[in-house]
Amino acid sequence: MTEWIISILLLIGGSFVLVGSIGLVKMPDFFMRLHGPTKATTLGMASLLTAAMVFFSTTQAGVSVKEILISLFLLLTAPISGYMMIKAAIHHKLESIERTKGIDNIEDDV
Amino acid sequence: MQLETRFRWLPAPLLSLLLFLVWLLLNNSVSPGHLVLAVILAIVIPLVTSPFRTKQPLIIKPGLAFRHLLLVLYDIITANVQVAILILGPTKKLTPGFVKVPLDLTHSLPITILASTVSLTPGTVSAEVYPWSENLTEGNKPEQQFLLIHVLDLKDEQALINTIKQRYEAPLKEMFEC
Repeated sequence: MTEWIISILLLIGGSFVLVGSIGLVKMPDFFMRLHGPTKATTLGMASLLTAAMVFFSTTQAGVSVKEILISLFLLLTAPISGYMMIKAAIHHKLESIERTKGIDNIEDDV
Repeated sequence: MQLETRFRWLPAPLLSLLLFLVWLLLNNSVSPGHLVLAVILAIVIPLVTSPFRTKQPLIIKPGLAFRHLLLVLYDIITANVQVAILILGPTKKLTPGFVKVPLDLTHSLPITILASTVSLTPGTVSAEVYPWSENLTEGNKPEQQFLLIHVLDLKDEQALINTIKQRYEAPLKEMFEC
């Protein structure tokens, strides 16, 4: 039974991480590419870590809860790194694809 | 808005709670020795570091904060599914866009939390906070600030702004009371 749970969690996690990476390849410009890694991977990593938690809690003595910490730090760092990258992209005036709306909303750097 | 706690030896109650939990999680145990050590660390570290940190508003309604956390966690799950569908769907149909969201929040901690939740929830990544003012805490009148976000698939700009303001900003405003 636990084996089933672990396998399903691993599959869900793996597919979300895969989708995030596909987004990285498929999207036409930098700003759209950023959406895959900041979001699709958080749930993927969370499922993978839950699988690890279930696996180590059932196979070894005692409960393993360190994985909660890893998910917590991932949740904290994913938006920050996304923010740093998009800020750098705006600073370098990277081109976005033509149909991007509201490009005037970007203000000039000081 | 409240900047100081009632207890002088506990300058940041949530930070203390977080340190306590992180210590226990790192050691993976609840033995008495670790409990005592966790309590000592949770009290000493905020006390020692508080002179270095700028005063941030405190969460006044912890119950509301907890409910907001659950809502955001639920939204993260739906966001992942939505973005996965958008990524796997036809790329040519997506209309990306930049949107400016006017902010009612004034302090950097609530704005940071809002920006992070926006990054983690459906189809949006926060990019910048305008205008570039850094001395908001020093008593001058706060200007109207904007949060610049990039949207993966922009359909209705006003609806998106309203969702962000009602769903994520209003609870933050209420729990910090600012």
